[in-house]
Amino acid sequence: MQATRDFSHYVRDAGAGLSHIDLAVEGVSCAGCMSKIERGLSAIPDVTLARVNLTDRRVALEWKQGTLDPARFIDRLAELGYKAYPFETAGAEAAEAEQSRFLLRCLGVAAFATMNVMMLSIPVWSGNVSDMIPEQRDFFHWLSALIALPAAAYAGQPFFRSAWNALSTRNVNMDVPISIGVILALGMSVVETINHAEHAYFDAAIMLLTFLLVGRYLDQSMRRRTRAVAGNLAALKAETATKFVGPDEISEVPVAAIDPGDIVLLRPGERCAVDGTVIEGRSEIDQSLITGETRHVAAEQGTAVYAGSLNMTGTLRVRVSAASEGTLLAEITRLLDNALQARSRYVRLADRASRLYAPVVHATALLTILGWVLFGASWHDAIVTGVAVLIITCPCALGLAIPTVQTVVSGAMFRAGVLLNSGDSIERLAEVDHIIFDKTGTLTLPDLEVVNASGIPEDVFKLAGQLALASHHPVAAALARAANAKAPLADAVEEPGQGVRATLGGRELRLGRPSFCAAEQLASDSQDLDPEASIVAFSDGEKSYVFCVRQGLRPDAQAMISALRLRNIKVEILSGDREPAVRAAARALGVSDWRAGVTPADKIARIEELKAQGIKVMMVGDGLNDAPSLAAAHVSMSPISAAHLSQATADLVFLGKPLAPVVAAIDFSRKALLLMRQNLWLAVVYNFLAVPIAISGVVTPLIAAAAMSGSSILVMLNALRARRVADRGS
Amino acid sequence: MEVLVFLVPLALGLGLVGLIGFLWSLKSGQYDDLEGAALRAIADDEPALPPALEAKPSTGRPA
Repeated sequence: MQATRDFSHYVRDAGAGLSHIDLAVEGVSCAGCMSKIERGLSAIPDVTLARVNLTDRRVALEWKQGTLDPARFIDRLAELGYKAYPFETAGAEAAEAEQSRFLLRCLGVAAFATMNVMMLSIPVWSGNVSDMIPEQRDFFHWLSALIALPAAAYAGQPFFRSAWNALSTRNVNMDVPISIGVILALGMSVVETINHAEHAYFDAAIMLLTFLLVGRYLDQSMRRRTRAVAGNLAALKAETATKFVGPDEISEVPVAAIDPGDIVLLRPGERCAVDGTVIEGRSEIDQSLITGETRHVAAEQGTAVYAGSLNMTGTLRVRVSAASEGTLLAEITRLLDNALQARSRYVRLADRASRLYAPVVHATALLTILGWVLFGASWHDAIVTGVAVLIITCPCALGLAIPTVQTVVSGAMFRAGVLLNSGDSIERLAEVDHIIFDKTGTLTLPDLEVVNASGIPEDVFKLAGQLALASHHPVAAALARAANAKAPLADAVEEPGQGVRATLGGRELRLGRPSFCAAEQLASDSQDLDPEASIVAFSDGEKSYVFCVRQGLRPDAQAMISALRLRNIKVEILSGDREPAVRAAARALGVSDWRAGVTPADKIARIEELKAQGIKVMMVGDGLNDAPSLAAAHVSMSPISAAHLSQATADLVFLGKPLAPVVAAIDFSRKALLLMRQNLWLAVVYNFLAVPIAISGVVTPLIAAAAMSGSSILVMLNALRARRVADRGS
Repeated sequence: MEVLVFLVPLALGLGLVGLIGFLWSLKSGQYDDLEGAALRAIADDEPALPPALEAKPSTGRPA
């Protein structure tokens, strides 16, 4: 049974007899890589397009239909030194890209309109203090209206829509005062122009939209970029499954091309990429990625297996099930739904600010109108002054205060190895004072490692590693990797369920179960020392040794736990694993608060208990069993190796082996929250200074334009400070 | 001041041309890869090699 690679799932028909595929590529970072890849791929005959996108780290390829196998491109890229894998644009990412283009189009329209209206406004401002005749001024005002009205109608759409959505659900967001301000400013300017008045505010209205669209676009492109990176990482995991395409014929296909009801083959040492039920075979599986339990469980006909399980000993045939069939998964989905409903109650800082802001501003404008009427001004003059108050207070700086900080800080977090799933997670993360860690896969790494390597002679270790190459067992694979073994021993034989043996220079070498290598006593001594480890024994003639293999702690876990303490954050471990394993990890990390054997529902109960005391809890976890508690916590984080569902639920995802990004994310978010508050105060102070001028009725369009751009630039400059945080022992 | 009669439409027309140019460049995907575009502008044009040599790249650049 020879497996073939089948990428046809990803190939698209590009029309005109061409096929198209998108590849995610790892490690493209410079102009040199770009031309190397493009020339290397274009050199393949029949390739008509090879173009690298450096922002998204992807390559688009087109070739004459039916002439080439996509696997060839991946091989060629591997020859050039780049890991690549086909990429399928997820629905969410395509929608983000479309939204991003729409915002850029709006921004373009608004910016061009602003420039042209300004070109007309400046002559009017200077003409008003020199010799412009009223007819010329009216002419220029009408021209401004001609540009500003259609431009605002088009470029204002993002704000008008969002304001309408908020109002129709009886809410207020920042877009409501923006929309009201823009519409009133434009409407009043048209009326004023008809009445041959001296001032019109077309420039202020369209300039406001331009500044706000800059903020929106930055925000959007930050999110789009994060999504692109996350999409690439998912693609580069290159998850494939061995699918039966006939009774005896198998083909290696991408997971995306597998449907419920398909039958896949799971060999020893492979990680299952799908959810399903075993229909044939017997094995032991490691479900630590799903349940946190590091002890292996037996799998036989009828056992449910989940994506992420590691098959240890035997070969299994698995029938792929639809997403919600399994009992564990159904239970988790139910808990998750409940938790997600509770979470949506969080009100973002921007919305909280606008809930206060909109009524105050609108009341001030109304009082201004009434006040002027009481003082004997005409209704017309009073209304003009009232609208001027709205224009000057229109939340230009307020609208930029939060998105600019978010954009800058998410860029900084990205460089520190943290991806954001949701924009408001920064605010929630900054408030955290209690962190609950899952153990397996979060504090520990999902890969197995040899923990007692230092106590074993180097030559023995090397020999054992070479022998281990003959076995598919994950524990043997970890040993081979740790010994950096490359050359397998010639005549190694695997004895199923026991181990491997070989003869070298007349001595018999054995690797496997302690009983297979006559090392029971040694093994039970080691097991007492480290109850969590898997013991593999090695015998060289009469001498025998044991290796302890287990999931190691993340390299900097201990330092990071102390760094968190330094920030006054309490740390707790809740794990679904057995007590001895959790106790050992907690002791190694110096964490006194821990609980073992915790079910998903218990985890939620603990989070709710802390929440009830007013504590802001962050959950850091990776398993499928953590998904509901990730949703229930105030804010949550997952490593990139986490189960799909957990990764999608978590607010933040961190990359790489170290735990340092967790601490970095907290530092950055705290700084960001500080700057967001500062920015909001800057906007408030600006209003405090500008509003009296507006109320007194002496605001000219020139003052409005200067004030608006001045405050916006101030807020943006302040936001740039979020790029750096003070180093505090992390 | 009669000069305004054609200067103003001219200015507006130029503005419109600029806007149309921007929308066209957006539509043709020129803003899809801003980082790559920045580097493409300064990348050296290397002489085209025959395909036989291309098959073994020896540019020695770091990946």
